[in-house]
Amino acid sequence: MVFHDDPSQLLPAREQMAFTLGFHIIIVPFGVAFTFMMLVANYRGLRRGDDDALLLARRWSKVSAVLFAVGAVSGTVLSFELGLLWPGLMGRFGAAYGLPFAVEGVFFFLEAIFVAIYIYGWDRLRPWPHFWSGVPVPLAGLGGTASVVAANGWMNRPGGVTLDHGRVVDVRPMEVYFNGAFWYEALHMFLAAYVVAGFVVGSVYARGMLKGRTDSYHRRGFLIAFTTAAVAMPLEIYVGDVAAREVFHHEPAKFAAIEMTTKTATHVPEVVGGVLVDGRVRYGVPIPAGASLLSGSRPSTRIRGLDAIPAAVRPADRIVTTVHLAFDVMVGAGFALLALAGWYGFVWVRRRQLPRNRLFLRCASVAGVVSVIALECGWVVTEVGRQPWTVVGLLQTDQAVTRAGQVWVFFTATLLIYVAIGTATVAILRAMARSWRVSGGRDASNIPYGPSARSPVRSSTGGKGSA
Amino acid sequence: MAHAAAAGLVAGLLAYAAFGGADFGAGFWDLTAGGAEAGRQPRARIDASLGPVWEANHTWLIYCLVVMWTAFPAAFAAVMTTLYLPLGVAALGIVLRGSGFAFRKAVWRTSQARLSGIAFALSSVLTPLAFGTVAGAIASGRVPARGYGPPFSSWLNPSSVMSGLLAVAVCAYLAAAFLTADAHAAHETELVDWFGRRARVAAVVTGALSIVGLVVARADAPLLFDHLVHRAWPLAFCSVAAGVAALLLLRRASPRLMRVVSWVAVTTLVLAWPVAQAPYLLGTHTTISSAAAPQTSLVPLAIIIVIAGAVITPSFALLYVLQQRSQLHEG
Repeated sequence: MVFHDDPSQLLPAREQMAFTLGFHIIIVPFGVAFTFMMLVANYRGLRRGDDDALLLARRWSKVSAVLFAVGAVSGTVLSFELGLLWPGLMGRFGAAYGLPFAVEGVFFFLEAIFVAIYIYGWDRLRPWPHFWSGVPVPLAGLGGTASVVAANGWMNRPGGVTLDHGRVVDVRPMEVYFNGAFWYEALHMFLAAYVVAGFVVGSVYARGMLKGRTDSYHRRGFLIAFTTAAVAMPLEIYVGDVAAREVFHHEPAKFAAIEMTTKTATHVPEVVGGVLVDGRVRYGVPIPAGASLLSGSRPSTRIRGLDAIPAAVRPADRIVTTVHLAFDVMVGAGFALLALAGWYGFVWVRRRQLPRNRLFLRCASVAGVVSVIALECGWVVTEVGRQPWTVVGLLQTDQAVTRAGQVWVFFTATLLIYVAIGTATVAILRAMARSWRVSGGRDASNIPYGPSARSPVRSSTGGKGSA
Repeated sequence: MAHAAAAGLVAGLLAYAAFGGADFGAGFWDLTAGGAEAGRQPRARIDASLGPVWEANHTWLIYCLVVMWTAFPAAFAAVMTTLYLPLGVAALGIVLRGSGFAFRKAVWRTSQARLSGIAFALSSVLTPLAFGTVAGAIASGRVPARGYGPPFSSWLNPSSVMSGLLAVAVCAYLAAAFLTADAHAAHETELVDWFGRRARVAAVVTGALSIVGLVVARADAPLLFDHLVHRAWPLAFCSVAAGVAALLLLRRASPRLMRVVSWVAVTTLVLAWPVAQAPYLLGTHTTISSAAAPQTSLVPLAIIIVIAGAVITPSFALLYVLQQRSQLHEG
């Protein structure tokens, strides 16, 4: 990439998009998968008369309420940024690229409506109808994720458009939505949501158990969350492997960056770690023929290197290094989490109970952070790995970026507001947890935009009607 | 098909103005409700009325953005590259507003509640103001077809400033009317008076601003004014009639009737804009059909909109019905 004639807004625009998307992507798993876990707890509570599970469902719905609010507004900012920062993308390809977002809009509507009904429905709806009012939420989360990833997949492997002098003159919507990268990207992200939500929530309860709160309420919370993550983890690794092979076949430039392969060759080593300096791989640990073996099952598999990319659109060394290291960290974190899930599964199958030793709980208590790091790294791989393209082969990023305005100012304001909101979110969730610990059992604390404390709190286990 | 997409966009605009607008307006009354003690009751009513519905209402904005960039991509880029200042303010305003509202009930110290309350309330005023200037800029032809119009004068001009103020007034009126109805339904007599007084003031201010707006449009955007006078007058008539009826009904009518009448007053007022501007999308220089995406993009978009309508309408109805009922129950 040539930097001296880059438009002046390119750097701040990319930084801002990266920052706001990186913020939003942490919230996503909670709308998609945490709400699923909440319904599992709710179902168990109603089916088996399990009061602990029911209390968990109620509290988790309050946490979801806060996170959904933050997710809704930070997602809106992303919609604005598509136009404010990347008018070259929207202006030229909105007719095609916009369609998956239209589908996503429908799912977002449904999610917002049923989240509200579920959260406000405690005590006001009869227990089973209340449970069913929550079911559309994770389903809408699935549809929404699929749609947003469809748009992202289209940027990686665009299809379904006919261009005439650079203008979109024909759109084939099914090919746009179900583009070449759709299935593996969407599944990979969808499972990632379950992995992250499961490990993050699990780590909260693991920390509680380490502090001696080993009552059935904490164990139940840990069990539901960690089991979700442990089931999703091996599937995620499998889908990730399929995705990597698809990238090898269909996104050779990204694959070359991932493997830091400079020259097209067979018997390409898998380099663990390392950086690219002046076109040479430094400090990495090579595993002979590893990359060839992993991508094509044979050492003689030929991998196209960075040298196969025309010089004008070849990613700079530091971009290659970023993609490569992000991939390594993602895979490393993924396997560490898989091992932890395996440990958990092994003990569960043998003894039908949670691993009791403190080492397991210590590992589980950091698994949440590790899974978030893996999520962010995976997103860096797909986004930075596409550079210098915004839409591969059709639109370069420096053509997509705005030429108007002081993006640095907008970015600074955004940064300040997001830091404040991120801090406030964490503080509020911690304060909620504290107040629950103090109140112990049934509580009626004030929660954001939930039913107010004035409403009578009664156990939903009985089948009484209301409202 | 381009006009169908434009109609879909207008429908979204009206829904956002009615539902999202009322939420913004509630923030205006929150801001002006006075100190922690004096404003406790109105703020509690605002919390109860907005809580369950604000995110769903807010979704109409996403809908408008999506329809705009899919159906009219180049015009969308033109608006974004010209009006990035008010739109940037609006985007950040939405973040502050949503999180401020969600947070303020969650914090226990008055100082923190006040801080997030202020964030909610201030941004509730700033955001419709910014959106109003954007509408004025588009209507008065300040957005060039290729975009990158002047970054300041495009929205700091008589038409934009007028429509910005009008947007704030409309939101404030709608919120006061809706909250009067909600207070009525919840048998909160003091609050019926509190919000009723404010609805009356806001109605008068909105009416006055509309008249001033016409005068400004005559000087600033003559063609638009021409269309407003010749084509949109039945809407203006409806708006005035409904507005007056709402004022007369304020204390007597059933809450439901009250809501409908004030909704009609605002919707007809907002609808006057696209009706006067048709067949143009930007000012009076870029037509809807010339700005439209290819047919093969508009058809699937229209299908998605129809499906959305079929799925979302009953869901929304369920949400609002449940909300109204639980209010009755709570009182």
